[in-house]
Amino acid sequence: MIYFDNSATTKPLQEVLESFHTVSESYYGNASSVHRLGLEASRILRKAHEQAGLLLNVNPEEIIFTSGGTEGNNLAIKGIAYAYQSRGKHIITSKIEHPSVLVACEFLATQGFEITYLPVDQTGVVKVDDIKAALREDTILVSIMHVNNELGTIQPIKEIGALLSDRRYTFFHVDDVQGFGKVKLELKDNGIDLYTLSGHKIHGLKGTGLLYVKKQVRLAPLFHGGGQQFERRSGTENLPGIVSLVKAMRVVTEYHLHHAEHIQQLNNKLRLELSHFPEVVINTIEDQAPHILNFSIPGFKPEVILHALTERNIFVSTKSACSSKKPDESAVLSAIQLPRAQSTSAIRVSFSYHNNEGEVELFARVLKKILKDLKK
Amino acid sequence: MDAIYLDHAATTPVHPAVIEAMTNALQTSFGNPSSIHSFGRESRAILDRCRRYVADKIGASEKEIYFTSGGTEADNLAIIGVALANKAKGKHIITTQIEHHAVLHAAEHLETLGFEVTYLPVNQYGQVEMRTLQESLRDDTILVSIMMVNNEVGTLQAIAELAAIIKDHQAYFHTDAVQAFGLEQINVAKLGLDLLSVSGHKINGPKGTGFLYAGKGVKFHALQHGGAQERLKRPGTESLPAIVGLTKAIELIVEDNYPHKASYENYRTVFLQVLAQEGITFQVNGAPNAYAPSILNISFPGTSVESLLMNLDLDGIAASSGSACTAGSLELSHVLIAMYGEQDPRTENAIRFSFGLANDAAQIKKAATKVSQIIKRLTKQSTIIEEVK
Ligand SMILES: Cc1ncc(COP(=O)(O)O)c(C=O)c1O
Ligand SMILES: Cc1ncc(COP(=O)(O)O)c(C=O)c1O
Repeated sequence: MIYFDNSATTKPLQEVLESFHTVSESYYGNASSVHRLGLEASRILRKAHEQAGLLLNVNPEEIIFTSGGTEGNNLAIKGIAYAYQSRGKHIITSKIEHPSVLVACEFLATQGFEITYLPVDQTGVVKVDDIKAALREDTILVSIMHVNNELGTIQPIKEIGALLSDRRYTFFHVDDVQGFGKVKLELKDNGIDLYTLSGHKIHGLKGTGLLYVKKQVRLAPLFHGGGQQFERRSGTENLPGIVSLVKAMRVVTEYHLHHAEHIQQLNNKLRLELSHFPEVVINTIEDQAPHILNFSIPGFKPEVILHALTERNIFVSTKSACSSKKPDESAVLSAIQLPRAQSTSAIRVSFSYHNNEGEVELFARVLKKILKDLKK
Repeated sequence: MDAIYLDHAATTPVHPAVIEAMTNALQTSFGNPSSIHSFGRESRAILDRCRRYVADKIGASEKEIYFTSGGTEADNLAIIGVALANKAKGKHIITTQIEHHAVLHAAEHLETLGFEVTYLPVNQYGQVEMRTLQESLRDDTILVSIMMVNNEVGTLQAIAELAAIIKDHQAYFHTDAVQAFGLEQINVAKLGLDLLSVSGHKINGPKGTGFLYAGKGVKFHALQHGGAQERLKRPGTESLPAIVGLTKAIELIVEDNYPHKASYENYRTVFLQVLAQEGITFQVNGAPNAYAPSILNISFPGTSVESLLMNLDLDGIAASSGSACTAGSLELSHVLIAMYGEQDPRTENAIRFSFGLANDAAQIKKAATKVSQIIKRLTKQSTIIEEVK
């Protein structure tokens, strides 16, 4: 079995499962209870906040644990929109964001907010100058992802952060669901006010995630209730999920520290292999996130190829698992204005630290065979 | 010394079979249910099976179940979601003074958006009286939200009768069944419900999971936007292992034919008997004839909540003053205030004991005996202090 669909979701790590297991079994108290079991739970919760803070180099109180990337993005975007609407109702984002950002913005547009969706060029990278030009007096939020989930392109977060640094009421949100653990990004020095992570993309559990929110930044909550997590996210904390998330963060941070070049080598290898395919066009420009490579095979239906690969126990995807609106065309690829033949025939390969070069070779061999069979 | 856990209304230990089911799902079906390859399809099949099972057990169809990250989210989705989607029909909402904060604070939030909310009073037993609902119903009422079992005093509302009042009215009926679920079979059609909230961690399932039932015609907005999951009402990659765990927790109850109510009834009797035998002065807060036996709320005259909780904890009994969800604070209970008024001493000396799977009858007897000793000690102290004064 070769699993090359790590941008859709990843296999949870054994040590993550163990953390989850231990906390589920032994620390079942409600962190809000005042008796010993509750105090134990709240101590573990505090530790989790601290460790997540340490890993992101931010304060523990700036971490809000969520139910995943979608909630994190929604909480960030609507949270800022509703908290600061008296200062302005303009939001800037890009056309290649994940649906959890795009559709949240579309919703806000129905509520009287104005949204600028920046285009990207053929490389799939947002231009800082475009953001500069789009900024208005009443812009309260800029939301740009770090690594695009379909192409793997890295956005100029540092530069955007610098551009916004002297604008006190224009907040900067970064969706780093795809980048964390693969492409380093410092939160502190880059003017980032809000930052989303999801557990299941980093070998953690589905239904876990976090949102970093800078201390001084106000946020209207998405859920109202018991006032947990510094009044920012009500609901009994999913302690086993939270601990397992922090564990996953720590492990992938270690991976990144010691094995960053491993994934890059897989990427290089696949690029090299694919360069021998006359039918293949590579959609991801060079020097982007190491774990994602997007290519098209114009003239072939990607589902057919995906299916043929699946039969040989190789798993890739055609576009983001989170269904885009047009059934056959990738929204991201059409945003970078690829010809339709390319945007409707894309395959995404996404690696994890556990893949190896042998798998890449085998994948290339199998793909060659499939294309040969299909041509017949 | 092993503590005796009498705080199941705050949260429950995860059932070992639930942990096993989740571990299994985590190890074998990690695919994203939206992926179209076989990993994804396998996860999708599991998800569909869970949804069908849950729906079937409450007499709903699978298209009426929306998995959430817990009771708080389900309540918010029901209340804010319905309000925003139906504001053209009216901006009046009815709920009660004794709801959980997930409902109350969602309603208060709606007030800031221009909705009008009526908070129904309750009688001294914590019951909503029919006429108060009848009297506050207006043409522009769009939602009535009344909890099935109160989380602090265990009072059970006459949900079917209350829902019947608005049967021919445009308003939807929502019930927060977080504390009720699992004690007795709930059939949404028989009760006349439009919406119902459930949380996993109160029924020996995992934390961070729950579901909202919303009947077919019920119009409500999503709170979060993104992918097409949960029929667009609750986007986000499905928390599959948690959903498997939640379903397993429900299965354990259903397949065993709702066994807990009888044992908790027994615990309750034993507990109260011991207190009586020990000659303790106490008063049960709640409704004598309509209650969930899992929750026993008792006032001990001459004591105070803080010292009670501290002493109970020292003696290895985990109980609580009411809702755990006031995030660790020992505020006066809004529920007891609604029942008795602000000045009543019962609002300051009440303890909630809540029973669950971690208990057995012997434990309950032991706990009640310890409680009695603590009460004797504390009331003696306070008499002495009184005398010295
Ligand atoms: C870039 C990006 N943002 C957000 C999300 C949503 O995260 P989740 O699946 O945890 O809701 C995803 C993945 O689905 C993603 O790839
Ligand atoms: C009656 C009631 N409703 C809602 C909730 C909130 O559920 P959750 O803790 O899953 O967010 C609780 C418990 O905290 C509750 O007791």
